[in-house]
Amino acid sequence: MPYRFRPDFRQCVLAVCAVAALAFATSGALAQTTLRVVKHSDLKIVDPIWTTAYITRDHGYMIYDTLFATDANGQIKPQMIDKYELSADKLTWTMTLRDGLLWHDGTPVTAEDCVASIKRWGAKDATGQKMLTFVKDMPVVDAKTFRIVLNAPTGLVLTGLGKPSSNVPFMMPKRVAATSPGDQISDYTGSGPFVFKKDEWKPGDKSVYVKWDKYKPRAEPASGLAGGKVARVDRVEWKQLADPQTAVNALIAGEIDFIEQPSHDLLPILRKDPNIKLVDWNPLGNQYALRFNTTAKPFDNVKVRQAVVLALNQEDFLQAVIGDKQYYKLCKALFVCGTPLASDKGMDGLIESNFAKSQALLKEAGYDGTPIVLLHSTDLAVLTNLAPVAKQLLERGGFKVDMQDMDWQSVVARRVKKDPPAQGGWHAMLTSWVSADILNPVSTAFLNASCDKAPFGWPCDADMEKLRDDFARETDPAKQKEIAEAVQVRWTQYPTHVHLGQWYQPGAARKNIDGVVVAPASVFWNISKTGK
Amino acid sequence: MLAYIGKRLLATIPVMAVVAVFVFAMLRLTPGDPAAIIAGASATSQDVVDIRAKLGLDQPIVNQFAVWIGRMFTGDFGESFFFKKQVAELVADRIEPTLMLSLTTMIFSILVAVPLGVLAAWKQGTWIDRVVMGFAVLGFSVPVFVIGYSLIFVFAIQLAWLPVQGYQPLAEGLWGCLTRLVLPTLTLSVIYIALIARITRTSVLEVLGEDYIRTARAKGLTDRVVLMRHALRNAAVPIVTVIGIGLALLIGGVVVTESVFSIPGLGRLTVDAVLARDYPTVQAVILLFSFVYVLVNLVVDVLYTVLDPRIRY
Repeated sequence: MPYRFRPDFRQCVLAVCAVAALAFATSGALAQTTLRVVKHSDLKIVDPIWTTAYITRDHGYMIYDTLFATDANGQIKPQMIDKYELSADKLTWTMTLRDGLLWHDGTPVTAEDCVASIKRWGAKDATGQKMLTFVKDMPVVDAKTFRIVLNAPTGLVLTGLGKPSSNVPFMMPKRVAATSPGDQISDYTGSGPFVFKKDEWKPGDKSVYVKWDKYKPRAEPASGLAGGKVARVDRVEWKQLADPQTAVNALIAGEIDFIEQPSHDLLPILRKDPNIKLVDWNPLGNQYALRFNTTAKPFDNVKVRQAVVLALNQEDFLQAVIGDKQYYKLCKALFVCGTPLASDKGMDGLIESNFAKSQALLKEAGYDGTPIVLLHSTDLAVLTNLAPVAKQLLERGGFKVDMQDMDWQSVVARRVKKDPPAQGGWHAMLTSWVSADILNPVSTAFLNASCDKAPFGWPCDADMEKLRDDFARETDPAKQKEIAEAVQVRWTQYPTHVHLGQWYQPGAARKNIDGVVVAPASVFWNISKTGK
Repeated sequence: MLAYIGKRLLATIPVMAVVAVFVFAMLRLTPGDPAAIIAGASATSQDVVDIRAKLGLDQPIVNQFAVWIGRMFTGDFGESFFFKKQVAELVADRIEPTLMLSLTTMIFSILVAVPLGVLAAWKQGTWIDRVVMGFAVLGFSVPVFVIGYSLIFVFAIQLAWLPVQGYQPLAEGLWGCLTRLVLPTLTLSVIYIALIARITRTSVLEVLGEDYIRTARAKGLTDRVVLMRHALRNAAVPIVTVIGIGLALLIGGVVVTESVFSIPGLGRLTVDAVLARDYPTVQAVILLFSFVYVLVNLVVDVLYTVLDPRIRY
C-alpha cells in the first residue's frame, strides 16, 4: 500500500513554529547593523602604548577604556572612574572605579590592572614619563580603589590620564600591562565598548570589531571622548581602501558608510551627492610644522633658525596643500588657536615672510651659504607640496636650499640620523601634528629640548626645559597659561620648529549615519545607522 | 621528459639563491629604517636603537642573512615587523585573490583574444582586421586605472550592476566571488587581449603563408578546418609563450588593479610591505614571485612538446 502523507494538526503546528523560529532567527541576523568605515590608514600595529600611530590610537579607543577623558569643551572628565579626590596637601589622589566594569573575558576590572596600565603607559609616553617623575607610589587600596601618591604637586595627573591623543593611557588587564613597554602585546583583551575580532583581522584588508554587550556606559551623553560610550551598531568594519577615489566611489555606491579623511580634492564630488554629508568630526584639526635639526650647522646657530622663522609664512603653505580657505586657519599660537593655552604673545612680526629681516639676520649670524638639506616627502598628499614652498621662501630669505625628494618612510628613517647633512643627515623636514597632541608645553614633542633625549632634531635648551618642568608642577590653570606664554616667548628666542598653520579634514558619511562624535580622535560609539 | 622536469626543478635552486641574496641586499641598501617607522614621531634616538635591536637590525648584515636563510630552510619565513603575524600566514591570506584575478583575467583574455587574432589574420586587410588591431592599439595605450575607473563609473555607480570594490573569498560563495571579479577582470584583460590578439594574428599570418596550408586548401578542406586544425596549432608556440609570460606577470603585477578595486592581494601586500620597509614580508613575497616565474616558464616549455611534437628535450 503506497504511503500517503497525511499531516495531523500537531505536525502542522510544529512545522509552523519551526518556520516562524527560523524566520525570527533570520530576521535577528538581518537586523544586525554593520558600520563600514574607511580609516586614514591600515591597522598594522595593535599596541597603542608601543606606537604613537594614530590608527593604533583609534583602535585603542575601540577596545579599551580610559580612567579619564577629554570632553567636547576640552575639560577632563572621569570615565572609568566613579569618584576621585585630591588631598589637601595636593600630594595624594584617591581614585575609585565605577561598578560593573568588565574585561572582554568577563573578569572584573581591578585597581591593580589600572596601576599596571599606568606604569606601562608612563614608561613610554612623554607626558606619562614626566608625570611619573612626580609619582612616589601607587598603592592599591581595594579591588576598585587605588592611590597616586606624589612627591610634589603636579597638574599632570588629570592632564595625563585624560590625554586625548597618542599615547593614550588605555587600561589593560594586569597580565597584559605586565608586557615590557619595549615589546608589543599579543593579548587584545580590553574593557571598551567594542571587542577586537583578532580572527577576522586581515592587515591590508580589514579590521573587525563587535559590540561588547556587557559594557557599562556612563549615564552622561557622549561629549568628545568623555561621557556615555554607547555602541549603537553591532559591528564595525574598518576597510582598507588604499585608493582615495575608490573610497569615494564606494561611499557613493553605499558599500561603505563613512570615510574618515577623504582627500580635499575629492570633497567637491562628495558635496554634490545628495546621499552624503560632510562631518567636521575634529574641529581642533591639525598643525603643519617645519622641524630643525639643531645639531647640524648652520641650524645649531639660534639666529639662523630665527631667520627661518622670519622667512616663512603660513598662508603660502596652506594654500599650496589645502587650497580651500574653509579648511585652514592662520594661527600663530604654538598651542593651537581656540584652546585654553592659545596666545599670540611674542609672535609679532614672525612667520610673515619678512625676507629683508631674514637676510639681515643671516648676515649677522655669519651664514656661509651652506646648502640647507630639506627633506621632501613625495608620496603623501597632505605633505607633498610643503617642501617646495619652504624651498622657495627660504631662498628668498637668503638661504641656499638642497631639497631632496624621497618617500615618507625614507624621510622617517633619515630624520633620526645625526650624521652631517652632506653625509646622509638632514637640516629640515616638514610634517603635520594632530592638534590634540600639541595642546600644552609638556605634550608638544617638538618643544622637548632635552638634547639627546628629545625627539629627532635634538634641541638642547635648559631654559625651555625648566619652563616645561614648571608647567608640569603647576596646578592652577591661570598660572599654567602664564607659563605656556613664557614657553612661547622662549620659543621665539630658541626656535625648535616653525608652526605653519592649522588645517582641517572633514569626514564624509552617508546620510543614514547619525551621531558622529566630535573629538580629536575618530571613534565609533554613539554612531547609529538606519536602513541600508 | 621526467628527467628534464627534474633537472629544471633542480635548476631553480641556484636561481632562488641568487634572488634571495639580491633581494636581501637591495632591501638593506635602500634608504629607510623600519625601526624609525615603528618608533613614530615622538620617539627618542634611544627608542629607535632599542627597536632596531629587538628586530635584529643592529646585527651585521651577514649575520642577519644567515639567520634568515637558516630559518627559510626550516620553512620559517619569519614574522612581519609590523603585523606581529607570521609572514607565511600573511602571504597565504593574499594568494587567493591574486590567483583568482589572474586566472579569470587569463581565461577571459584567451577566450576573447585568440579568436580575435585568428579572425584578424583570416580577414587580413579588411575592416575587421583594422577594428581588431585598432582595439589592440587602444588596449596598449589606455592606462589600466583609467579603464578601471571608467568601468566603475558606468557599471557600479551609474547602473549599480556590480560592486565598486572588494573581494569575497571563494569559500563564502561562488557568485559573490565572481561578481566582485567582473570589473577587475575586464580592466586587466584589456591589455592582455590586445597583446595576445596581436601575437595570434602575427603567428597565424606567418603560418597561413606556409606550403602545408596551401596543400590543405588544395585538398578541399574548409576555411574553418584549415584555420583551427592546421594554422592555429602550428602558430600556438609563440601564443603559449606570451600567455605564460602574461600569467607570471599578472601574479606579481596586478598592483594598480588591486588598488583601484581594493582587492587584498599579493600586489598590494608587496607595495605596503615595501613602503613600510617590512623586510621579512618583502623577502618572502619576492621569493614567491620568482618561484612562480620559474614554474610558469617550466610549464610553458613542457607545453611546447605537446603543441609541437618536433620539440624534444
